[in-house]
Amino acid sequence: MNADDISQNTAAMAASQCIQIRPTKGWVSVRWAELWAYRELLFFLMLRDITIRYKQTVLGAGWAIIQPVMTMVVFSVIIGRVAKGQSYGLPYPVFFFAAMLPWTFFSNGLERASNSLVGNSAILKKVYFPRLVIPISSVLSSFVDFCLAFLVQIALMIGYSAKGFSFVPMPHVLFLPLLLLIAFMTSLGAGLWLSAMNVQFRDVRYAVPFLAQMWFFVTPIIWGSAKFSEPWRTLCGLNPMASVVEGFRYALLGRALDPGFAPSSSMIALSVLSASLLLVGGVFYFARMERTFADVA
Amino acid sequence: MGDIAITAHNLGKMYHIGARVDRYRTLRDSIASGVKAPFIKMARLLRGHASAAANLNETIWALRHASLEIRHGEVVGLIGRNGAGKSTLLKVLSRITEPTEGSATLYGRVGSLLEVGTGFHPELTGRENIFLNGAIIGMKRVEIASKFDEIVAFSELDTFIDTPVKHYSSGMYTRLAFAVAAHLETEILLVDEVLAVGDVSFQKKCMGKMSDVASQGRTVIFVSHNMGAIQTLCTRGVLLRGGEIVRDGAVDEIVQDYLSYLNEGAVDAFVNNPERQGAGNVKLTAARVLDDTGASNPHLVSGKPATFEFDYENASRLSQVDVVMTIYNYLGIAATSFNTRVSRTELSGLGETGTFRCHVPVLPLPLGQFRVAVAVHSNTATEDLIPNVLLFDVVSSTFYEGGGTPDPRYCTVMVQAHWDLRR
Repeated sequence: MNADDISQNTAAMAASQCIQIRPTKGWVSVRWAELWAYRELLFFLMLRDITIRYKQTVLGAGWAIIQPVMTMVVFSVIIGRVAKGQSYGLPYPVFFFAAMLPWTFFSNGLERASNSLVGNSAILKKVYFPRLVIPISSVLSSFVDFCLAFLVQIALMIGYSAKGFSFVPMPHVLFLPLLLLIAFMTSLGAGLWLSAMNVQFRDVRYAVPFLAQMWFFVTPIIWGSAKFSEPWRTLCGLNPMASVVEGFRYALLGRALDPGFAPSSSMIALSVLSASLLLVGGVFYFARMERTFADVA
Repeated sequence: MGDIAITAHNLGKMYHIGARVDRYRTLRDSIASGVKAPFIKMARLLRGHASAAANLNETIWALRHASLEIRHGEVVGLIGRNGAGKSTLLKVLSRITEPTEGSATLYGRVGSLLEVGTGFHPELTGRENIFLNGAIIGMKRVEIASKFDEIVAFSELDTFIDTPVKHYSSGMYTRLAFAVAAHLETEILLVDEVLAVGDVSFQKKCMGKMSDVASQGRTVIFVSHNMGAIQTLCTRGVLLRGGEIVRDGAVDEIVQDYLSYLNEGAVDAFVNNPERQGAGNVKLTAARVLDDTGASNPHLVSGKPATFEFDYENASRLSQVDVVMTIYNYLGIAATSFNTRVSRTELSGLGETGTFRCHVPVLPLPLGQFRVAVAVHSNTATEDLIPNVLLFDVVSSTFYEGGGTPDPRYCTVMVQAHWDLRR
């Protein structure tokens, strides 16, 4: 795959010296080599998004921490104390925050990606480059917020260790990058669909926060998927974010969790499958709609 | 690939513009369709039929039957009025938008400068924007880094380079933007009206830079309304009109052709006039100017009466409209304007056809050529607007007793006045 890719790249680079312009019809293929050639633009757009995100704010990057922390406080009080939600032997704040980490990455990425094309319409109308660069960079730029919030998670774990909980991470933390990749695929996959539609109908902008909220509640963040028996628990994996948040929770807090909380490998496999389908569908839908962006953005 | 840089064959670009208005017979129909419409649109959108989803059924060809062949090293100017298709052709060639028909092949790396400062972000510093903007227009990071000092020097902004560009003056902003764009080194360069930036001395510098680019043997396609710039930079001109290429040849001939075409504007003021706009419920069909004898005559005498007549068709049977007529001098400056709304003249009872007449008892214009623009407004919309409906010349004057007229550099309209001497 790798060797093939490289030889294709060089071939396409040579071919890009001779550019063919003609109308395309229907579903079109994605020009991967060209996307690769524009990787530096991806980097600079990401850098721009990160640099400007908290400009002219007093708290600056603190917002990346404050938002999830405040959400955690609110849900810990309401669900943990008032509604007495199940947290499988864990202090509710840690239980919740471990899931909130990848979720915030996902939902920020989704929202930014959905609005990315419309927000960059001035560039779309004036310069050519592979349009995929824009939503991809939006999702990637959410990674910085994730890293900051991760520090809070570590602080929480250390803090609660003093109260006698054992938070020595499981060897499964090695899988965190993989889980994050699933979250990235899901975020980008849905973001591609929504951003392409948003160019045509701005309704999407209003629908996305609502969609994200619904998605939040069907994902085991304030609850645990262990409350379901099989096969229903595995079927939760149809929502890729279910595996991601449960995986995060297990890998980080496994030693203190009730046994039987570990997400099954079939659930994760199902999530990988559905995330891949969402992403592949999104990429092709995006490629198909791409040709109209400059005309209607 | 030989020495051909660009070939275009029969390129056309169609835009979907207006929505078809469905007429409903009953309230039930319109409610039912109002409920169904979002679902139908959603289904179309998901299947990838963008324009069908938006219900855009009216179409317009912004470019049609455009065939071109450009050799390596040629510097070509695209000339034409607004809406002639120049920018559309450039957008298609730079792959920003896809053609609707036809094909083109470009041999070499293509760079396009359709607007300087595209993607500049006000919160970023000059330095950050140079890298971002460079990457957007297709430069590699090492390339930008190696030219960084050159770019800063060209923009004359060395002390402000680490200041966010939102604190720049607009002149500084455009200077930086042009500096980045000017250092894009591709074999083929597509440039749209980017010279009109900064003060006169910076514009000179930009022209210098562009002629360097032109003399380096790179292929350049250049759009500008500045005929001087076109003639200085280009060797070949391509004239577009109404979306089609109408002439292609040596730049001086093409510019001459374009200028004389501009001045004969009135010939096709009513048919396929790209400058014409309006809803069209009332449509003008002919226009003429009458001299003091009542004969149609484009050569007028200042100080004598003149009458402007505009025939109209009123297919929608509007009852009342307002008409505005403005006279522009040879510099494009509005000399004077006659507006029924301002003069509180009511033009009502239009009927199906008729003639709007504007009688000027004493024509106050100095010698020279003038252009007439006319617009018909209903209460709700501009029904017809023709900026180039008529041309006429003022050839002599009886306005002042001596028969003289002021130098048109100092006079747009003449006003009655009396000199005397007191001691």
